[in-house]
Amino acid sequence: MISLTSPVETRAHHWPAGAKLAALCVATMVLFAAQSLIFHLAVFAALLALYAAPGAVFLRAGLRRLRVLWPFLAIIFLWHLITQTPEQGAVIALRLLTAVGLANLVTMTTRLSDMIAVIRWLATPLRRLGLSTAALELSIALVIRFTPALAAKGGQLAQSWRARSRRRPGWRIILPFALLALDDADHVAEALKARGGI
Amino acid sequence: MERNVALIALFAALIAALGLIPKVTLGFGVPITAQSLGVMLCGTVLGARRGTLAVLLFLLLVAIGLPLLAGGRGGLGVFTSPTVGFLVGFPLAAFVTGLITERWRAAPLTLVAGIAAAVGGIVVLYGVGIAGLALVLGKSLPEAALLVAVFIPGDMLKAAVAGMLTSALARARPAAVLSRS
Repeated sequence: MISLTSPVETRAHHWPAGAKLAALCVATMVLFAAQSLIFHLAVFAALLALYAAPGAVFLRAGLRRLRVLWPFLAIIFLWHLITQTPEQGAVIALRLLTAVGLANLVTMTTRLSDMIAVIRWLATPLRRLGLSTAALELSIALVIRFTPALAAKGGQLAQSWRARSRRRPGWRIILPFALLALDDADHVAEALKARGGI
Repeated sequence: MERNVALIALFAALIAALGLIPKVTLGFGVPITAQSLGVMLCGTVLGARRGTLAVLLFLLLVAIGLPLLAGGRGGLGVFTSPTVGFLVGFPLAAFVTGLITERWRAAPLTLVAGIAAAVGGIVVLYGVGIAGLALVLGKSLPEAALLVAVFIPGDMLKAAVAGMLTSALARARPAAVLSRS
């Protein structure tokens, strides 16, 4: 499973993940409270500078991830053109780009293991109360392992469908797919129990 | 305990795996993904509590940077994008779907699960989703609703599939359909 962390090593990769997440929370709240166009333009320019700092490869990868927003930007653009409120439209569009861009930036510069460490830290109060968080950590690992395994099983089912029919494999393969998956889950549960349980 | 953890993790992975299925384009040009079918199945098969946990686990993995959403999206950015309402709505949808499936025992399971999936996966999910869209894009609720109305027929199809799948699973693996055990 490939994580969305950027392979381009930046200085921010070494900053504490918890601090980056807290800063992101504050920044997003400020963005949604601020209404001034100048402010949003300045923040957007600063964001672009942050993306450009580690180099061209990082900048391109970051901008590619913002591309999914274009339908929304197009709607905002058209809407505010028709209602003749361009300034308000620009604020909304810039806020959208900056908020998503900042969040992506944190994801791109934080390793999966650091994120899991933050979750572990956030769950500390639960452990103090005597609850076990082992199940949570185990289930994170299980999903990371299950997802490619399930995708491979689905692919095999689709192939065997195509070997027998000229039509596309539709929703009909979802039932055998779900059955295979459920049986897998039973085997995993047995294996967990056999190894001493949670 | 082990079985619950395995099933919850499995359904979280199932939502992700269904997101990998290529988009199907409906007759009038609207792309639909199978991802929300996974959310509906969490509710109809696992029930309210475990179904919600499975969806929350899925969202946690998306948040920490795994590209599990349809189209290989993920990371913290999706929680500030206009579609955030739908992500927040996912666990609520699974909860409502599960609750209806657990409580309403008088009718055949296909019908109950189908209606439960429609109420949770369409009424609840779109309610929250449209509110999020309106908030992020700075539009009113009816305006935001117009933007996503084209996706509703596809989701009605998915609710029907969820209903049929649930009753088929209940026949093939009755012990796995926790919402009815």
